[in-house]
Amino acid sequence: MTITLVFLAVIMATVIGWLLRQSLNTQPWVSDSVADSFSGASLDTNSKTVGLTTFLAVATSLFALFVSAYTIRMRVADWSPLAEPDLLWVNSAFLVLASVVYHWTRNRAVAGRTASLKPGLMVAGALSIMFLVGQLVAWQQLLAAGQYASSNAANAFFYLLTGVHGLHMLGGLYVWARSAVRAWTGADADAVRLSIELCTVYWHFLLLVWVVLFGLLLAT
Amino acid sequence: MPIAVVLILLVVGSLIFHFMSPWFFTPLASNWSQVDDTINITFWVTGFVFVAVNLFMAYAVIRYRYRKENRAVYDPENPKLETWLTVFTTVGVAAMLAPGLFVWAKFVDVPDNAMEVEAVAQQWHWSYRLPGEDGQFGNVNAKLITGDNPFGMDPDDPMGSDDVLVHSAELHLPIDQPVKINIRSKDVLHNFTVAQFRVKMDTVPGMVTYMWLTPTVEGRYEVLCEELCGVAHYAMRGAVVVEGRDQFDSWVAGNPTYAETLARPSGNAALGAAQYAVCAACHGQQGEGLQALNAPKLAGQSAWYLRKQLANYKAGIRGTHPDDTYGKQMAPMAMTLPNDQAVENVIAHIRSLPDNRPPATVQGDPGRGAKSYQVCAYCHGAGAQGVQALNAPRMAGMTDWYLQRQLENFKSGIRGEHPQDYYGLQMGFMAQTLQDEQELNDLIAYINTLQGDSAAAD
Amino acid sequence: MAYVAIADRDHEQHLHDPQTFIEKYIWSQDHKVIAIQYGVTAIFVGVIAMILSVMMRLQLGFPDSFSLINPENYYQFVTMHGMIMVIYLLTALFLGGFGNYLIPLMCGSRDMVFPFMNMLSYWVYLLSVIILLVSLFVPGGATGAGWTLYPPQAISDGTPGESLGIVLMLASLGVFIIAFTMGGLNYVTTVLQARCRGMTLMRMPLSVWGIFVATILGLLAFPALLVSAIMMLLDKLAHTSFFMPAMISAGEQLEHTGGSPILFQHLFWFFGHPEVYIVALPAFGIVSDVLATHARKNIFGYRMMVWAILAIGGLSFIVWAHHMYVSGMNPYFGFFFATTTLIIAVPTALKVYNWVLTLWQGNIHLRVPMLFAIGFIFTFIHGGLTGIFLGNVVIDLPLSDTYFVVAHFHMVMGVSPVLVVFAAIYHWYPKMTGRMFNETLGKWHFWMTLLGTYSIYLPMHYLGFQGVPRRYFAMGNTDFLPESAQALNASITISAIFVALTQLIFFYNMITSLRNGKKADSNPWGATTLEWQTPDTPPKHGNWGHDLPEVHRWAYDYSVPGQEQDFVPQNVPASEVPVGRDHGVHH
Repeated sequence: MTITLVFLAVIMATVIGWLLRQSLNTQPWVSDSVADSFSGASLDTNSKTVGLTTFLAVATSLFALFVSAYTIRMRVADWSPLAEPDLLWVNSAFLVLASVVYHWTRNRAVAGRTASLKPGLMVAGALSIMFLVGQLVAWQQLLAAGQYASSNAANAFFYLLTGVHGLHMLGGLYVWARSAVRAWTGADADAVRLSIELCTVYWHFLLLVWVVLFGLLLAT
Repeated sequence: MPIAVVLILLVVGSLIFHFMSPWFFTPLASNWSQVDDTINITFWVTGFVFVAVNLFMAYAVIRYRYRKENRAVYDPENPKLETWLTVFTTVGVAAMLAPGLFVWAKFVDVPDNAMEVEAVAQQWHWSYRLPGEDGQFGNVNAKLITGDNPFGMDPDDPMGSDDVLVHSAELHLPIDQPVKINIRSKDVLHNFTVAQFRVKMDTVPGMVTYMWLTPTVEGRYEVLCEELCGVAHYAMRGAVVVEGRDQFDSWVAGNPTYAETLARPSGNAALGAAQYAVCAACHGQQGEGLQALNAPKLAGQSAWYLRKQLANYKAGIRGTHPDDTYGKQMAPMAMTLPNDQAVENVIAHIRSLPDNRPPATVQGDPGRGAKSYQVCAYCHGAGAQGVQALNAPRMAGMTDWYLQRQLENFKSGIRGEHPQDYYGLQMGFMAQTLQDEQELNDLIAYINTLQGDSAAAD
Repeated sequence: MAYVAIADRDHEQHLHDPQTFIEKYIWSQDHKVIAIQYGVTAIFVGVIAMILSVMMRLQLGFPDSFSLINPENYYQFVTMHGMIMVIYLLTALFLGGFGNYLIPLMCGSRDMVFPFMNMLSYWVYLLSVIILLVSLFVPGGATGAGWTLYPPQAISDGTPGESLGIVLMLASLGVFIIAFTMGGLNYVTTVLQARCRGMTLMRMPLSVWGIFVATILGLLAFPALLVSAIMMLLDKLAHTSFFMPAMISAGEQLEHTGGSPILFQHLFWFFGHPEVYIVALPAFGIVSDVLATHARKNIFGYRMMVWAILAIGGLSFIVWAHHMYVSGMNPYFGFFFATTTLIIAVPTALKVYNWVLTLWQGNIHLRVPMLFAIGFIFTFIHGGLTGIFLGNVVIDLPLSDTYFVVAHFHMVMGVSPVLVVFAAIYHWYPKMTGRMFNETLGKWHFWMTLLGTYSIYLPMHYLGFQGVPRRYFAMGNTDFLPESAQALNASITISAIFVALTQLIFFYNMITSLRNGKKADSNPWGATTLEWQTPDTPPKHGNWGHDLPEVHRWAYDYSVPGQEQDFVPQNVPASEVPVGRDHGVHH
């Protein structure tokens, strides 16, 4: 549980530290004209970004707990490490590229160069789908080699971790599809840009999670 | 106002209840008096807080109840008071925590001179293992557990051959001897608890947990499972008997070693046929049972159950209850089998007899009985075929009037009340849930419809 | 961020504009309607769980007297009762119900920031409830593994509902967590980003603080339950061995190897302990506001109260293994977890002191919500103090898995939060419905509930001292229990039935007052917080009419010296307060 604890310590320390900074040295019962003019929003950004950040904290908690469970279960004697298919390297490359392309698209969007948005979205989405298909093919390869989830806990964790990560990618693709529809139907430029920005953050997050998971799978 | 009075009354009432009620710890029978001491310290500290804060609150409610002319005091905070309260609380908490950690350190650290025993849990009974003369437990492995090897002993480990196997839910311990109890489970989580010892620990399949204590008072103490382990959790009882060293040694000697259990004689059906002649007078030549003589069908009943019941009759565990008319007739008959070899021979003969379905004699509604049977099925199997691992005999295709009488006996305590009849005790618990004769008859009518075959041959 | 935030401030937010009955009351995106949907559903399942508890108590008080209760359905009742009460009633009611209702109103917002997701949250919650209830009727019935769902027994032979029941239970929990996450993202974001002008964090009422921190706990802790549920489902359906060790089941070897039942317990309690505070923190917050309002006095030590909420929230993540002292985990963990557990008693005790000191020098109206709040302080002190017994590792040896535990957590996590639920419902009933409830019936409800529950749970602790184990269908004859223990058990059952029937008074009062209650003023208690300052009662969609409120003071300006009225609402500017007012009074 150490990993989860470290992670939660960081999150809680951040949250509590931030909240304490807001509250120390204030005497709320004293009338305060500075407070009176406080806008009502604690963070200098829009609520969708706050919502996404909060969600990423939840998802990180989820993955941290899976990783904790992995490291605890790994210590039992019956653990026999799984040889990961080499295809995972190719899939990882797809994911890195998807993230890079998304980032490029985002920069274009922020710069107001809307012409690049459609191709950017297309390529990023296609690469992401390639990643998912690649993961499924990796599952097929393992199943064909007789490596079932029930054969060993290491296998089970492989399917579990890649599966949960893949589900998060599917969720991302749903939002991707919505921004694509918006881009194509020529919706409000601000909305499209925000959607792309949030997706970019999410894709970077998925990449980061994948790097950690893949590293863990390779290392053990 | 009434709320303040009630608060005061609740505080006073709680104190009276605490000091006057007859319901408190059962007398201690182990070395863990320090556990009780820690609880007493905690009682004084928490009791003080309980009384002080609630009485203060009651006083505040009386003193500052609403009056039109009054006005509350504007009082945002008082850092000094809050600091003092924090310090005061921290000291109180430390006063309770420190002795707790001190005693826990003792609990974690087993003394070097502790004797080791092993408690083995399974759904829903206990058995025990002692290390034998070499003082070392042999290896065990869950994958080796079978009906014949209920402890999962590793036959290739020489350390195991002298391990003493206790096939009973009753453990004996010598008085004033520190003992480390290693605890393991064959199936799900369980928990080994003796209320008088004050300590307990879960059993976890796949690992061995432990606890230690020194029994200090002779007597017989009930072992309870205190981790939910399935539908008969509450019926999973055992006992620890604390006795002098000599009695303990002779109890150990009376239990077989692993090597001895391997050498159990195999039955000879031909020899058994001669000994069965006595039985045949009541149970019939074919072991088909005779209702007129109140003798149940034996043919088709599994060997382990016959063996167990014969042993119970011989040991006076069954057939000794004053109201058990027919059991009392059977008890001397069992005595005519002089030794294990004779028992095995008779069982071998009975196993060779044809297993014909007796006619149904009990009338009831099998549809309603099916609902009642849901609980029975957990042990006896969906087809009432009997499951050796759960000590549940076959009921399908056996004499139903006998089943009816035994259920009544279990329900009324004629059977299963003997302190050493642990499986009878379980069945007693289960029989209690049958409300009336109609429900019992419906249940038997349903069992009569079941086709469960006899359990494994032995 | 490199750009100016897009317009999502309230006055520019697009509120959906419901026209039809269905849009207004069924597929509503109005936080108040969603709150009431959450609340009614949660209370509905809570009543089912209460009926189940009466069934259990009937067996325990009068063993084997009722043919409809056998060991199988007894354990199913135990499990469903616990799970429903903790998750589907208390969590859903405090966060989905009160969280939804109070956050936007108390923060001065028009609605949650993601109203569509908020609506979805309720419907997904309803789906989880339906899955849960369906599991009662599938072949084999609901799971009887205890609310902790410990493997291996939860998914192996010998436990009721080990086939379909447990699968549906785990599925329902998964769906619930999705619903909770959708709601939780709303609550956190709304509190952080959508307050009205002038509402600094430290001007927020403690109800909002409690709900806010509880939501953060929930968002971080529920994933642990999801992880354990997913892994157990795979053990059950895909025959993996995450939690399932090599074992036999009904005499047969199972194919599992190496799984760790203790790992499940770590994951479960990593969720399970914060869950206690997910329920407790909103209750702490709400009770603070009820006390201050009806005592006509500011909450004492507001800053300490906020910091205590934060401290308890943070600490609640490092105490989980105090549920596992005798689980067979490494016993050396006991030192650490006993220490952290007892440390958490300090901020909790401070909260209690501050509640009581809020009453001190107040001008206390003993109205129904106030009675429930005072009752809460009493039961919470009791339940909190018995928690110190169980948290102190060595005392847990004799007491864990006994009725002492049952009595403790019902006192601290059952009775106490439920008293707050009642306090809150009575307190905000006039605002939610525009009607007053019947005060006399409310008082009867309070007295019978408080005294009834105390006569259930005080004696139950002593059964625990004697060593009566929890989750026993029947005790039978034991050598260490006196005959009188069964008499005590019977009296507990009678009290339980009494308390259950008492709740009929509550429902009667709530339902008849909807029609017959006196019309309520917009601020019948003279409260300072914003929800009482709405232009309409009950508040209309959008809450605030044309202009959003602006806040000029904290939430506890009661009985301010030099003021004629004994309260100043948060949205009254300093300029409207007479000069000469002496703020910052210290002693």
